[in-house]
Amino acid sequence: MLSKVKSCGLLGINGYVVEVETDISSGIPSFEIVGMGDVAVKESKERVRAAIRNTGLEFPTKRITINLAPANLRKEGSSFDLAAAVGIMAATNQICNTMLDKYMFIGELSLDGEVKPVRGMLPMAMCALKNGIEYLIVNHENADEAAIVKGIFVLPVKNLREVVEHLNGEREIRAYFTDVDAIFNDNKVYNVDFADVKGQKNVKRALEIAASGSHNCILIGSPGSGKTMLARRLPTILPSLSFEEALEVTKIHSIAGLLPPKTSLITYRPFRSPHHTISATSLVGGGKYPRPGEVSLAHYGVLFLDEIPEFSKEALEVLRQPLEDGIVTISRLNASIEYPAQVMLVCAANPCKCGNLIDESKMCTCTPKQIQQYLGRLSGPLLDRIDIHIEVASVKYNELSSINEEENSSLIRSRVSKARQIQLERYKGLNIYSNSQLQPAMIDRFCKIDEKGSRLLKDAFEKLGLSARAHHRILKVSRTIADIDESEDIKPCHLAEAIQYRSLDRRFAGNLKRYW
Amino acid sequence: MTEDLKYWVWLSTLPGIGSKRSEQLIEMFGSPRNLWYSKREELEKVHFLSREMIQQIVSYPLKVLAEKHMETIYKLNIKVIRIIDESYPVLLRNIYDPPMVIYVRGTLGADEKAIAFVGSRNATDYGNTIAKILAGEVAKRGITVVSGLARGIDSSAHEGALKSGGRTIAVLGCGPDIAYPPDNQDLMERIIYSGAIISEYAPGTPPMRGNFPARNRIISGLSMGVTVIEAGEKSGSLITAEFALEQGREVFAVPGNINSRLSKGTNKLIKEGAKIVTNVKDILEELNGLDLADLIEEDTCHNDNKDMYDNEIYPIFTEEEVKIINCLSNGPLHIDNISAKSGLDIQNASSNLSMLEIKGLVEQFPGKMFRLRK
Repeated sequence: MLSKVKSCGLLGINGYVVEVETDISSGIPSFEIVGMGDVAVKESKERVRAAIRNTGLEFPTKRITINLAPANLRKEGSSFDLAAAVGIMAATNQICNTMLDKYMFIGELSLDGEVKPVRGMLPMAMCALKNGIEYLIVNHENADEAAIVKGIFVLPVKNLREVVEHLNGEREIRAYFTDVDAIFNDNKVYNVDFADVKGQKNVKRALEIAASGSHNCILIGSPGSGKTMLARRLPTILPSLSFEEALEVTKIHSIAGLLPPKTSLITYRPFRSPHHTISATSLVGGGKYPRPGEVSLAHYGVLFLDEIPEFSKEALEVLRQPLEDGIVTISRLNASIEYPAQVMLVCAANPCKCGNLIDESKMCTCTPKQIQQYLGRLSGPLLDRIDIHIEVASVKYNELSSINEEENSSLIRSRVSKARQIQLERYKGLNIYSNSQLQPAMIDRFCKIDEKGSRLLKDAFEKLGLSARAHHRILKVSRTIADIDESEDIKPCHLAEAIQYRSLDRRFAGNLKRYW
Repeated sequence: MTEDLKYWVWLSTLPGIGSKRSEQLIEMFGSPRNLWYSKREELEKVHFLSREMIQQIVSYPLKVLAEKHMETIYKLNIKVIRIIDESYPVLLRNIYDPPMVIYVRGTLGADEKAIAFVGSRNATDYGNTIAKILAGEVAKRGITVVSGLARGIDSSAHEGALKSGGRTIAVLGCGPDIAYPPDNQDLMERIIYSGAIISEYAPGTPPMRGNFPARNRIISGLSMGVTVIEAGEKSGSLITAEFALEQGREVFAVPGNINSRLSKGTNKLIKEGAKIVTNVKDILEELNGLDLADLIEEDTCHNDNKDMYDNEIYPIFTEEEVKIINCLSNGPLHIDNISAKSGLDIQNASSNLSMLEIKGLVEQFPGKMFRLRK
């Protein structure tokens, strides 16, 4: 006897329907699961057998073969347990239901028949909807996440018995609904705010520009000057996530199993700050069974690399392609997996080995050579992807305790959103969304400067000793500054301000000296 | 003659045998050549030689090494000047322990008037600027600027002298073929071209710690006076000043901010009687036989950056720029403070500062600090 029930596997950030085919024939009793499963799938045999027995149902002493189709894709994890158990029940006529192909079963079984939650529920639910499934049977803890998807009945269950009884028409399970809009609109409050940061006006301004044009930036400052504090608040001034963006972010976190407890939808922009000992694989994703890396987990948010000179060269090099394309591609034998990775990269670095170079109150103990070497470790290609350089000086105590009212995040965010809107309209149909994505050819088109401006830029290069790689970046950043200003043209004052954000290009990068 | 040089070079490479002992040995044996061929028994009779020193003198490898040094000396056109030579600097010969030989690259003028400039290696901008200006002014008047080719004040003094077209001498603590610190390679070449490099160490001698205090005695020995610009409390420059006093030379010191660590040494020197220098005239008037007629009273810190400001392109300063210039008149400020003081918002302050930088009126330092250009 043969039965077919549906479950779902994950490939990249999308699910695909897995047909669980069960064949029971006479012969020497055995139980095989085929279809490129990993160890967790192979061990599923034991869980299924025990769960069926302990639920008080009959486990056939026959030759059982389960195939997970399509058989050429690697399957992993324990989410096929429930489908396999239902398949066996159906093949032995312990379940009689003619609408079995309208159901999808996702869940792990424990030996006593309990159904357990699995990761990646959101993309699986989306896959179910796409493939015309009407009922999705999941663990009740997964129900919140699955119910984000509208147009499908999510039936939460606790154990295998409930499933069998429901399918046999002996038990009614109420479909689970959540108010998605409420969840989406709710809880968009960040627990940090720019108003927490006292002083640092020029840094805040620079971050506002970075946020407005989605420019990657680097913060250079002494330990304790507040680099991390400022970077952590960057997501709060980025425009709010749209619902589609929120879904995509949630999908990635769901697949990585990193969804915070009791959260069904991530509504805020993620902020990821991996430690500098991170491996290249963990940073961009990969592994035998591919997982999204930090750069994908920061999708639509901020990837913060603190102490960037300490990161391994390899890790920083592999970051280049995702930063360029906004996507990570991992090739495997039978499939190539793509994880989205549109991030704003924010790096932080000490100005020198001891960290005190630009600190007024402390003495730098580095030799000139060490100073040169320290930031020299950052490779040119990586610096080419960083538009804005920000120097962060330590704030003095009297400023810390000042009672001056600081601008809060939502105020800054409204300006940022406006600037982003202007960019969205300008780049309609060009497949880019922000000034940071401008390619050289587009720069000529969108970042036109008048004669006065080009004269200014030329003088700046001559007198300030900027390096050539600064040229395009200054134009891009000045485009953003003009957008914040709601100005159609890039004016000389916009260019002049943009020039201030290229500290590392200045000639004094090789000739650092102090004067106090 | 060239054959003879070999023995002098060899003598200068003997470990543990310094100028004073060398001098005594030459006196006893008549010449380095006789010492080269001396027997162990003869040497054992010399009371101030330890067993190790005797071992060094009779050691064969060191003699072979001397031959090798001769090759380098020819290849790099290094002049070996012995203390018995005419061209040996007179002032240096008069010190307590003059080196028996000096290795010179470049040219040594006959009876040169020289002033030494010494100071901290990690000098502040203040020190570097003053060193450049003072050295330039001194060199302009035909006086040689002597220093040690180190980072900071030394380099600035050399640069200043070269820029004004004067002569400068760098005294090294390593062999004359080695640039130390390595980033001064270029500076060293330029000094050889229009001045001289002097060392008492044979070619190939690495820059060892102990060499530098000894080098300082040559710096002061070559000069009529030593000017100290920025020195910490335990700076090597103070050693040079001490040598200068021992050798009967003038000691000058440039006063500094009493809060600055790098001015502790100089201010202390002033307290102890060093001549305070606020103007190049202060140095020149102490040197005998110098015609001061051409010396006009002028401020040392004159503005030589007028050419940076191009009237044609940027005819006037905007009101905002003037505000910023006013803010900076009391010294360097951080960009946030400029914005607060001038009442300009941060984006205006940023762009105006860029404009002023381009116009050459303001310069920026790491940490977004700005100040008016001098």
